[in-house]
Amino acid sequence: MGGDLNLGAIHMLKLLTKCAAIVAVGALGFTGALVSQAKADEPIKIGTFLSVTGGASFLGDPELKTMQMFIEDLNANGGLLGRKVELIHYDSKTSSEEAGTFVKRLIFQDKVDIIVGGSTTGNTMAVIKQIQKNEIPFISLAGAGVIIDPVKKWVFKTPHTDKVAVAKIFKDMKSRNLSKIGILSGNGGFGKSCQKNARALAGSAGIEILADETHGKGDTDMTPQITSIKSTAGVQAFLYCGFGAPTSIVAKNFKQLGLTIPHYQTHGSASMRFIKGADGAAEGIRIPAAALLVVDQLADDHPQKAVASAYKAAYESRYNDSISTFGGHAYDGLLIATQAIERAGSTDKETVRAEIEKTNNLVGVDGIFTMSPNDHLGLNEGSFVMVVVKDGGWKLSQ
Amino acid sequence: MNWRQPHTGGMVMLLAVMAVLPLFLDNSFQYEIAIKVALNAAVCVGLNLLIGYTGQISLGHAGFFALGAYSSAILTDRYGLPPMAAMLTGALGVGLLSFIIARPILKLKGHYLAMGTLGMGVIISIVLNQEADFTGGPDGMSVAALTIFGWEPVTEFQWYWIAVGFLALCVWLSLNLINSPVGRALRAVHGSEIAARTMGIDTTHYKVLVFVVSAVMACLAGSLFAHYNGYITPSKADFFYSIELVTMVVLGGMASTFGAVIGAVVLTVVPQVLTVFENYEMMVFGGVLMGMIIFMHKGLLPTLSEFIGKRFHEPDKR
Repeated sequence: MGGDLNLGAIHMLKLLTKCAAIVAVGALGFTGALVSQAKADEPIKIGTFLSVTGGASFLGDPELKTMQMFIEDLNANGGLLGRKVELIHYDSKTSSEEAGTFVKRLIFQDKVDIIVGGSTTGNTMAVIKQIQKNEIPFISLAGAGVIIDPVKKWVFKTPHTDKVAVAKIFKDMKSRNLSKIGILSGNGGFGKSCQKNARALAGSAGIEILADETHGKGDTDMTPQITSIKSTAGVQAFLYCGFGAPTSIVAKNFKQLGLTIPHYQTHGSASMRFIKGADGAAEGIRIPAAALLVVDQLADDHPQKAVASAYKAAYESRYNDSISTFGGHAYDGLLIATQAIERAGSTDKETVRAEIEKTNNLVGVDGIFTMSPNDHLGLNEGSFVMVVVKDGGWKLSQ
Repeated sequence: MNWRQPHTGGMVMLLAVMAVLPLFLDNSFQYEIAIKVALNAAVCVGLNLLIGYTGQISLGHAGFFALGAYSSAILTDRYGLPPMAAMLTGALGVGLLSFIIARPILKLKGHYLAMGTLGMGVIISIVLNQEADFTGGPDGMSVAALTIFGWEPVTEFQWYWIAVGFLALCVWLSLNLINSPVGRALRAVHGSEIAARTMGIDTTHYKVLVFVVSAVMACLAGSLFAHYNGYITPSKADFFYSIELVTMVVLGGMASTFGAVIGAVVLTVVPQVLTVFENYEMMVFGGVLMGMIIFMHKGLLPTLSEFIGKRFHEPDKR
């Protein structure tokens, strides 16, 4: 018996030597490949992690396409500081853990000069600690205000915050004499943040929230919540705080329940997918959005007209797909990043960061950016226009 | 440890690989992957006791992992417990929970057991997603740093030793359990539960024991992961993560502790290597898995050991 066991031990030992060798060689090869990548010629490296698949793919997909187009055009025109620009992208699959791993990979393995990415608030918030600790400029493409409020030294963002959107919506409501409202919010980062801001801003805006409902992630029917709002006496208008697939579902349920009060949503719905998904139920819904969404209807002297129509034309002819404001966030992120690197004259991280902070009167597709040490977004309410869904498209509302 | 036990060589080899590996790792990202491998492997070693040796499937182990992670996050953040105390409380809680549900759930067999454990995992996932006031909802919550008697691991290098140390402990426990009367009872349950019962083995007792041990291992790995990552979301309680864990065990080779470790290595490292395929990543990954199942259906380690055994004309083991 003992002999057998010894034989087993020797056998196992030999086997494991082999396995260890295989693992070690594999690890070496893996390391080697990636190290040689880092030491290749010196292009300027822009890193990104986007939700190209998973729950927020409607954000990540146009963002990635926009970024690839932007970088290709930039390189065709001679690159940046006389160097080529390389975009290094990983798909976060809308998972915060994956986002965290990929940010480490971008920083330590790929040694990127700047990171522009993070499609959702959840993905962005999960990496902020790493960004701050490792001191690398980061421009987020996610919506919620918590990303830049309070201000974090290395973190910037391009999309309008929910707070700005809510302020714009409340102003529009007041101008139409609507002051008693019911709100429904998603329980994701954006929805929660939007709900919080709606509660906070209501008082000063002269709005009274009579009904305040939430729905869960992945819910496919919001009838109960909307019914509850419907049965609340005195509600004059309805606001939905959320983004993605639920926006269309809310629009449908709202119509099915026969509600006729004015219906507002946020810029989280600013995509043709919202209108198509709602199957006609989106008619009449009002949202605050970047001018990009209605670029053809803008007056010729509108400051954003040139930039926005150029982006729209380039994107639509290249991908044969209609634009969304989400791609616009990525466009602006790269615009801010590349201009800051240009001004800095190098990729020194602290200099680039300081230059991003000095972004002044930069006309992007989301609006006109003027940042400061206290404002890492640089957009105000003026950068929003109110649009209304009409005949299955967006119409600028006056 | 008894030096005459058959797996001693394997244990020594595992420790050697762990000790030498840092020589090949040269940045934080590679350490991060190594740490994730070690923690996944620890869960798989526990799960392998259940699946490989006892023949009981669990599609809900991600739930235990997430419970460990969230108990560390919530108890330190909301109730101010020191991290080690939170971790042990979590482990105790999960041990108790798994003990309570083990008896009814392990009465089920085959597909029904799979469904039962799946349901348990899904319930945990729903609770973590919905109780947003406690868990931060789908966006998750940040987790305080780990302190072990006043010492706080900061660098990836320090975390590497914690993770591999934990893995070594799990492997050692698992090997000892397998090579004990308990292990023989477990294998008897796997072979034929009725025969085992006729021999006078209290099968329920052993099945519950293994279920609890594997749940607690997953829970502790979850706690460590949460502290290391500094951020946790309910996606770790996801059904797909449970499937991933089972796949690691099956891929590495069932009823082989080192196989479970190797399965975890492969399934954690390969997706990182495959990112070069960009949009085709998932297709290639699926292809690799299918190839392995078709050509190495016994699992990686058993197939390799058979192959090497034949190559060197060694007498077949046992």
